[in-house]
Amino acid sequence: MDARTQEFLAYVQDGGQVEATDWLPEEYRQKLIKFIEMHGNSELMGVLPEREWILKAPTLQRKLALTAKVQDEVGHAQLIYRVAEDLGKPREEIFADLLSGKAKFHNVFHYPTKSWGDVGVIAWLVDAAAIISQKALLKCSYAPYARIMKKICWEESFHILHGRDVILAMMTGTDSQRALVQEALDRWWAPLMQFHGNPIPRDEDPMWLWRIKSQGNEEARQQFLEGYVPQIWELGLTVPDPNLRRGDDGVWTYSEPDWDELKSVVTGHGPRSQERLAFRARFLEQEKWVRDTVLAA
Amino acid sequence: MSARSDLLLSLADDELIVGWRDSEWTGIAPTLEEDVAFSSIAQNEIGHARALYELAAAELGTNADALAFDRTPDEYRCAPLVELHLLEWAHTIARRYLYEEADRVRIDALMRSDDSELAGLAAKIDREETYHRLHAEMWAERLRDEPRFRAAVEELWPYALGVLEPELRPELARRVGLETAAAKERGEHTPDLAELWSEMTEVRRSEPGAEW
Amino acid sequence: MTVFEVFRQERKGQPFAHAGSVEAPDAAFADAWAREQYGRRGESAALWLVPRGSIHAITDWADEFDLKYRRVDGYSIKARLKEARERALGPAAESR
Repeated sequence: MDARTQEFLAYVQDGGQVEATDWLPEEYRQKLIKFIEMHGNSELMGVLPEREWILKAPTLQRKLALTAKVQDEVGHAQLIYRVAEDLGKPREEIFADLLSGKAKFHNVFHYPTKSWGDVGVIAWLVDAAAIISQKALLKCSYAPYARIMKKICWEESFHILHGRDVILAMMTGTDSQRALVQEALDRWWAPLMQFHGNPIPRDEDPMWLWRIKSQGNEEARQQFLEGYVPQIWELGLTVPDPNLRRGDDGVWTYSEPDWDELKSVVTGHGPRSQERLAFRARFLEQEKWVRDTVLAA
Repeated sequence: MSARSDLLLSLADDELIVGWRDSEWTGIAPTLEEDVAFSSIAQNEIGHARALYELAAAELGTNADALAFDRTPDEYRCAPLVELHLLEWAHTIARRYLYEEADRVRIDALMRSDDSELAGLAAKIDREETYHRLHAEMWAERLRDEPRFRAAVEELWPYALGVLEPELRPELARRVGLETAAAKERGEHTPDLAELWSEMTEVRRSEPGAEW
Repeated sequence: MTVFEVFRQERKGQPFAHAGSVEAPDAAFADAWAREQYGRRGESAALWLVPRGSIHAITDWADEFDLKYRRVDGYSIKARLKEARERALGPAAESR
């Protein structure tokens, strides 16, 4: 590592932040772009499973709330991609890499949704897992990214409440509705446990070393379990892991997640990966004329 | 059913169905920025529908959700324009533009109504519609010379006329700059509505009477 | 396409703070898009949209000589104030 990069590393490890116009080591810039890209892609692809249920929302209030929630996710993608663009990667290139499989998006968005139960579980628990990761970005060494995270975290707080409200309506409803929630939870548990990534020690995580993230993977997962398992259990729902328990030291232990599944899914082999990428490609292609003619000014 | 309820349901059904159609663009609009803006329009429309259903529900002794979701397709009073499956941008903007123009003509009339409750709601809707109109006009201006947009406007024109009562159609024609023509009248639904209704009410019908 | 920087005023009377940016073909689109991205929840009293190219940034300074006389921390009055007070109280203090 050259002296200038060394100085930069020391600066960010000391809590220093940088702006878009500052000199950035190439390694830092590339890692940052890749990380931010994956985040933006995840917001974008996360829209697709939820979009279906906007159309099927069973009350006017739920339709409004779900449309607003998903609108936020699209807005987040815009905020995030703008940061990546200012780092030097144009949006067309970001989309091309997403569709070709070169760039990834988070595991949870590669899975199918089957019922309104999924709508609740996604908004309550998947968004909760995401917000934990997002809070760990609030002090990102790259200031433009840290700043948008503030708006993102603020908006995500509504999503979790909305999710909880959807779940509670079903849990206080009919037996079939309660069964929908349990069934959805049974399917989403494994992806949720994989979501924060395999537990590499913080000191071996480049995202921590460059102070892009302020938290290691396992720390995030523990925070999720600590916050949300009690909420799950208090509703009489069961978690499909007989080994899940909280130790006296406050540390949660659980069955080892399937890290091979995670790797396979994020590299595009999830149950809905290709279908969703194809859907996105279809509309990008269909409206290309709008961007090329009308919006190119 | 009174003439008032009938009118309220026509207005509400138009807003609900056009709002549902506009919400189909969530996540797939030409740009992310447009996606966010377009979603607000869809939400506003659903909000208008809800307010209109609530007025009708008070008269009919039911609630807004029951009116929005628990009727059969034949019982809806929406105009064919809003039912059409048009998941293509030029057609979508053409519908937005024509619907906003037609809606403005009818809202202007409603704001002058003796029915103070309805006139008040129309005024509220009108204030929000200002932004819908700005948006539609902005896009229509940009697409003015685009052949597929002009073709879409021509194709949807008879449907646009059908949104309004006959006496209001000349005003719409004047504003849009097209000749009045035979309208696709309200009263006969397109095949697109049945498919839309099936998807829209799928969860609701899975557990009739349940709270969600 | 132009990048418009968005400045947001949270409540009337407060300063406008930089909130992000929107890329748009012109001011009309920037308006339509920014108002939803930064105001759909009624969270902003006002927005300013400024084409990025119109912003002239200043990030470097020449700070070679002591400028503390221009700032509050350039003044240390404690010692002299103590002395002046003692002098003012002096004759009264001696007679006690």
